[in-house]
Amino acid sequence: MEYFVQQLLNGLTLGSIYGLVAIGYTMVYGIIGMINFAHGDIFMLGGFAALIVFLILTSFFAGIPVALALLVMLVVAMLVTSLWNWTIERVAYRPLRGSFRLAPLITAIGMSIVLSNFIQVTQGPRNKPVPPLVNDVYHFGSVTVSLKQILIVLVTTILLTAFWYIVNKTPLGRAQRATEQDRKMAALLGVDVDRTISITFIMGAALAAVAGTMYLMYYGVASFNDGFIPGVKAFTAAVLGGIGSLPGAVLGGLLIGLIESLWSAYFSIAYKDVATFAILAFVLIFKPTGILGRPEVEKV
Amino acid sequence: MANTQSPAPDIAPGLMAKAIKEGLFAGVLALGMFLLFVGIETYQDIDNRLVWRTRWELLAVFVLVAAIGRFLMVGFITPHFAARKLAKGKAGQADSAEEESFFKRNFSKIAILALLFYPPIVVYLYGVQGSLKFVDNFGIQILIYVMLAWGLNVVVGLAGLLDLGYVAFYAVGAYSYALLSDHFGLSFWVLLPMAGILAAFWGIILGFPVLRLRGDYLAIVTLAFGEIIRLVLMNWSEVTGGTAGISGVAKASIFGIYSFDVGAPNNFARAFDLPMSSAYYKIFLFYVILALCLLTAYVTIRLRRMPIGRAWEALREDEIACRSLGIDTVKTKLTAFAIGAMFGGFAGSFFAARQGFVSPESFVFLESAVILAIVVLGGMGSLTGIAVAAVLMVGGTELLREMEFLKHVFGPDFTPELYRMLLFGLAMVVVMLFKPRGFVGSREPTAFLKERKAVSGSFTKEGHG
Repeated sequence: MEYFVQQLLNGLTLGSIYGLVAIGYTMVYGIIGMINFAHGDIFMLGGFAALIVFLILTSFFAGIPVALALLVMLVVAMLVTSLWNWTIERVAYRPLRGSFRLAPLITAIGMSIVLSNFIQVTQGPRNKPVPPLVNDVYHFGSVTVSLKQILIVLVTTILLTAFWYIVNKTPLGRAQRATEQDRKMAALLGVDVDRTISITFIMGAALAAVAGTMYLMYYGVASFNDGFIPGVKAFTAAVLGGIGSLPGAVLGGLLIGLIESLWSAYFSIAYKDVATFAILAFVLIFKPTGILGRPEVEKV
Repeated sequence: MANTQSPAPDIAPGLMAKAIKEGLFAGVLALGMFLLFVGIETYQDIDNRLVWRTRWELLAVFVLVAAIGRFLMVGFITPHFAARKLAKGKAGQADSAEEESFFKRNFSKIAILALLFYPPIVVYLYGVQGSLKFVDNFGIQILIYVMLAWGLNVVVGLAGLLDLGYVAFYAVGAYSYALLSDHFGLSFWVLLPMAGILAAFWGIILGFPVLRLRGDYLAIVTLAFGEIIRLVLMNWSEVTGGTAGISGVAKASIFGIYSFDVGAPNNFARAFDLPMSSAYYKIFLFYVILALCLLTAYVTIRLRRMPIGRAWEALREDEIACRSLGIDTVKTKLTAFAIGAMFGGFAGSFFAARQGFVSPESFVFLESAVILAIVVLGGMGSLTGIAVAAVLMVGGTELLREMEFLKHVFGPDFTPELYRMLLFGLAMVVVMLFKPRGFVGSREPTAFLKERKAVSGSFTKEGHG
């Protein structure tokens, strides 16, 4: 039983990270109907930004409190990835809006290749280990909970609440939902569609940066191709939950995290990704639009 | 206002101010983007600790390039193209109806002839050993991608089903050949069709669950299948050799008459008293893959005129209309998957015979992405466009391996290969931005009434299946 609870906790932590990245996928998909393949690499960029900031901080202010260091890392990573995602949207996606559907997908795949190779060229191909930031561990019976895990779940919950508030209760969120439903009509009614889409990309990037920082803190290592596997899994999470739906993305993320950790605990680590993808395929056979996705209305 | 009407292409007074503003903005933006990643380099010191140093010069170069590039773009290039477009518009549409040149009309025939004579010409110019690089790296490598892209074109370009896991079928073909020749000693010519059939079966197996899925859901599930196949190949070590893969895969022979194994009595070079060289095998393989490519093209062209091909195109344009008209969409989708997968399987078994080695490393998602990119960049559904895209994208990146002279420009530490994928990705983005419909943007309908009319690409939509 304790073992099961332990795995549940691990899965929850991992699922929170996937959920944060999945929201970026799902929002962009919801608003412009495009798979932003580069989002996984934005997540990787966030991790790298946090890593570099951490190195600079520790070499200038050796005794800096961990909480402050984490905060600075988070803020800088969010800023930098927001800049990147804003620019990418501006340069690679916006000119192709209204073009045929596969064109932005191809530029997104192209941007993903560019980002990971850019980091490989500028920062080197080797894995970058960082000393552990947060070491505290608490024991509840035989279940071990690390402060890292608590932090990750806590930050995710706070961000999700803030995010839910923005999307559902503010004028910006209203503009986003309007743009999602009908871009042309929203524009006619005075919504600045371009600006709304840009902000959506910025928000997605900021969440991805948080997830990237958490990922770095949790695993203690960053690599240029970290973007792909977590990116694909987060995208899988978004699809599993029903792409375009925010609660769906979180639910999907948690499910994927749980499947992954439970499968590795009880079956084999080697096939944990196979299990994830197989369950995705299985769910989609019975619910072709994901768990919480609205069925697509077909118009002739 | 009078001054806006002046036809002179003078630079408008406000333009320079705007260009400077935009340039400065781009510079600041680039500073923000590159400050951490370019301005600071992280590396491990002797104690294996991660440390950092600054690279301000490089950062300055990046920022300046961004600022000046944006300045030139806004100030000169965009107005120039706008003026040219305007002038063209005034001249009328007369030039669009221009008679096609001889070269353009017979492009495919000329291309096939050129390819047939490519190896002899290269051998004549560079000698037998010197031809190796050209035949192998440029010839075979490009033709494999042409074949894969033409195979994927059946699924994506004709049937409009977005497949992000095409590399799975390539892997199935490669492993089928490697395993069956290893365990049963069957020859390449027996296993080539068999690999195709096995891959087609996998196409149907993977096609079944995704029949109900549309658009992007289909894309993610195919991607998942591609990853599943790769992960199984990687982890099922008893059969597939795991990450180490299978080495020593048998070579293809000239229908069993001549062999390319060095020790064999019927060795090709020995039979004709030629000096020993691996170049003959590559030249032979070049013709094999060329034949396979031509077969793919022929089958695709013929299928397009058959009911099934028309059903594919109808499915791509509108699935609901398709179903209303009584087309069996299940059968149509499955045949598209099966035939596309079959060509992937052929290419895979060829790949295994050429490399003599297969490992899961060769079948990563990036390969699927590259193949899909070639299909889309070439203009979906157009065989010529796809071939041109494959030559430009694959040939271009291969060319980068050869650029030794760049070392003299950027110093001896410069390895152009590092930048290969970076430039490939950039090229994908740039080509898409300038030609969103691919190199050949208009499609000719296969079914027509009385006379053939070209349909502009902008009238057609795809990928909703």
